[in-house]
Amino acid sequence: MVEHYQSSDAGLPPADPTTEGTDEQSLTVEAAIAQLTHPDLSLRYYAAWWLGKFAAGNPAAVEALMAALADESDRTELGGYPLRRNAARALGKLGDRRAVLPLVQCLESDDFYVREAAAQSLGMLGDPSSVPALLPLLAGGVAAAQRVPGRPHLAQPCEAVLEALGNLAPGSPQQAAAIAFVEPFLTHSLPRVQYAAARAMYQLTQSSLYGDRLVQALQSEDINLRRAALSDLGAVGYLPAAAAIAQAATENSFKLFSLKGLLRHHLHDHDAHSKDAIHLMSLMDQLL
Amino acid sequence: MLGYNNPAAAAVAVRGLIQLGEASVLPLLQSLDEYNYGARAYAIRALAAIADPRALEVLVAAAETDFAPSVRRAATKGLGQIRWQANAAVVSAQQRVLHSLVTIAHDADWSLRYAAIAGLQALGTAAADLVPAIVEQCRLIQASDGDVVVQARATLAVITLSP
Repeated sequence: MVEHYQSSDAGLPPADPTTEGTDEQSLTVEAAIAQLTHPDLSLRYYAAWWLGKFAAGNPAAVEALMAALADESDRTELGGYPLRRNAARALGKLGDRRAVLPLVQCLESDDFYVREAAAQSLGMLGDPSSVPALLPLLAGGVAAAQRVPGRPHLAQPCEAVLEALGNLAPGSPQQAAAIAFVEPFLTHSLPRVQYAAARAMYQLTQSSLYGDRLVQALQSEDINLRRAALSDLGAVGYLPAAAAIAQAATENSFKLFSLKGLLRHHLHDHDAHSKDAIHLMSLMDQLL
Repeated sequence: MLGYNNPAAAAVAVRGLIQLGEASVLPLLQSLDEYNYGARAYAIRALAAIADPRALEVLVAAAETDFAPSVRRAATKGLGQIRWQANAAVVSAQQRVLHSLVTIAHDADWSLRYAAIAGLQALGTAAADLVPAIVEQCRLIQASDGDVVVQARATLAVITLSP
């Protein structure tokens, strides 16, 4: 198997970020669990992805995926663990916190992509008890967070760890420590890492300084960076960005999804007919 | 120009077609079948923005069955904004749009459900007779949709249409 960078959606992301896949439902949960130990390794890999997408609320699926985190049979030429990667990704989507401990153990895997998937999934599971295990992946700061020679990734999955800390550390006993670990990454040479740090710093401090850095990123020359900034702004629900999001030079679908994040965040403590909610919906209507 | 695979040029062409308004409708409808997929999507966007009743069937088909969510959203919005002309067929045509939008309001994709509600609100603004049925549908969505953002759009539609 070729070693390559895969997104959190296991190489099967929707082309349009507003869509949530609804096809591929030909399997059943029981069949997919059985397929996790099928002799054909590619079917196992697919089953792990499928369970993450369609097996929400199924304890047996979670247990089968946790077992797959220790798989030794599916190896790449470089020693990676494809099935473990997909199982780790799937466990983040299923929302069962029994997976926290085995995912924390995956943070010490030799495989970068297993560590990355585990960090992403821990961020999604929302259990602050994993913060102390995530912080050491940022040890050494920017100097340590450099590209591994000959590989398409950094020494550690910094972006994923920064995002997870932004979700988990606010309000936790390690909040101050997290700020100290995250803040230096605002000056990392890679814009994506800078944005992930700005996003986490906004969540940790609620300071507009960091929200505004993400707004500035909407002016980036590179459309992929503009899209990344839209995604980050939506994820943290930075309301002052609304007008800049609506005007960003990207496809409407990315802007719609970003504004949806702002609105969802706003609705946590406001009514659907608040002035800001109505404004956000008028911006969204124009992007349809 | 719509078929040149040049998004910037196509966007300019779509804007021009929209500015021409009604005059664009027949030529676009007549050449729709000759276009490749990309050009067809731009043509549908132009027809959705012009919102001429003659494009009704094309917009219904695009809103319900097109491959691309972005084209479906544009067509769904366009259905709600059709500039109705008083004639014998208008009532049944509006019923057709209502039925189509209610169907789309139960799509698996939140952005289409959202677009359908925006379309229903626009339809209610244009067709007062349909307001009770539209408000009832939006209340159902408000109570049953799994996405808070879609619920919020339904709430806004109810508030906007209620006297």
